[in-house]
Amino acid sequence: MPATEVKPYKAPVLRGSRKTFAELQKVNRRRSLFLAASLILILGILGALVGSYFGDWLIGVAGGMVLAVIQFSIARSAGNKMVLAAMGAKPLDRRDDPQLVNVVEEIAIAAGIPCPEIYLMQDDSPNAFATGFTPKNAQVAITTGLREKLNRAELQAVMAHELGHIRNGDTGYMVLMAVLVGSIALISDMALRSFRYGSFGRSRKSKGGGGGALILVLLIVFSLLAPLFSKLLQAAVSRQREFLADATSVELTREPTALIDALQKLTRDPTPLKSANRAVQHMFIVNPFKRHKLGGNAFSSHPKLADRINRIRRLMS
Amino acid sequence: MPYFLAAYTGLWIGLGVVVLFVLMFVGIYNGLVAGRNSCKNAWAQVDVQLKRRYDLIPNLVETAKGYLKHERETLEAVIKARQMAIDASSIKEQAKAENMLTSTLRSLFAVSESYPDLKANQNMMALQEELTSTENRIGFSRQNYNDTVLGFNNRVQQFPSNVIAGMFGFKEEEFFELEDQAAREPVKVKF
Repeated sequence: MPATEVKPYKAPVLRGSRKTFAELQKVNRRRSLFLAASLILILGILGALVGSYFGDWLIGVAGGMVLAVIQFSIARSAGNKMVLAAMGAKPLDRRDDPQLVNVVEEIAIAAGIPCPEIYLMQDDSPNAFATGFTPKNAQVAITTGLREKLNRAELQAVMAHELGHIRNGDTGYMVLMAVLVGSIALISDMALRSFRYGSFGRSRKSKGGGGGALILVLLIVFSLLAPLFSKLLQAAVSRQREFLADATSVELTREPTALIDALQKLTRDPTPLKSANRAVQHMFIVNPFKRHKLGGNAFSSHPKLADRINRIRRLMS
Repeated sequence: MPYFLAAYTGLWIGLGVVVLFVLMFVGIYNGLVAGRNSCKNAWAQVDVQLKRRYDLIPNLVETAKGYLKHERETLEAVIKARQMAIDASSIKEQAKAENMLTSTLRSLFAVSESYPDLKANQNMMALQEELTSTENRIGFSRQNYNDTVLGFNNRVQQFPSNVIAGMFGFKEEEFFELEDQAAREPVKVKF
């Protein structure tokens, strides 16, 4: 779609559509809460099974929760700066690129949040991500590839998507998901490993042969399936959040076509991201692993491009 | 179950319901207060961005003056309009003056089209970006104000918060609307 043919969809007062955006946000938040609660439940059940097999189910649950809380606190205190350093992102000075700073500050005004710190990554692959648990302490990072390959409107649409993540609390939310999934994986792994080394007779309180065997079976089944299910849930939440951030981007810029153009450009660019890895792939606006660029399967962190564009078009009408 | 819980179950349930209502009440009231303050803050934001434009214009005029020796009236129109906007006392007056300022700026940029030396000036190019950004910021801050007002008005009108809003005199805020159709167009800063 040539940029010159695009008619900007911009109205000074958008009375009706805020309801649509707000409805979208409410539905998405409810879904995400449900998914998060499911993960916590899985962790709790796993903890209970492990605990009850080795003695006390309550201690098992408590142990699981404590593990998750500790990991979350560590992530919350230093998480974003660690991620930025790991990705090789450097803070940007206003004098180096006033236009980019302007673009971000303008959208921060539209969003009603303080402007996040801007970081730049030396990489030809066009991509962007956001970190930070609260809007007051948030960062947004973009690659030099993105900066060069998008025009001002498309750049602003991408930035609006990222600020949408910040404003909707996605960055903190996804860390919570990762911590839960990690804890589930850890406990499952420990449980399965202890069986491999033959600790069948180690239950301190034999609750009677039948009960013990049932718990054992449940524990094995759960330890095998829980990590799988938790990853599916995490991916589902991630996709929901991407849709929501797209909707927020349109709400902020009032220019759906800019975002559509940007997403198409980003997805079709074949350059792979140098520092992409599984731990951070979900944070980017498009999946940095170009092999999975079509996305859309149950394990994808990002929805299919076609689906994203369809939802955006639906917002226009 | 301890005696004091079992015997007076009805009482405890009633107490629980009352506590729940009180919490809801306080929550809704505080939400309305926060909403009204958000509207005031959003309105102040618009003023901040308008002021930013006022501050940029002297620099613009200075840079252009050297090149636009024969376009005195255009420059002076901009300076005058800016002063009028700063001096405006009522909201209506200010909105009118703002529109005036926008059209004088538009004339200035139209005139500058014919002066390639001015176009190439580094300072001018930086100013071009700053002015584009300023126009965008003004637009976005107005948009944010309207969005905030919409959210607040919904709360004032919808059940159950409308009950509490009525009790404490929370009124709907007004949307910001541009009366002049021409002023809806952003100042096209295209060199």
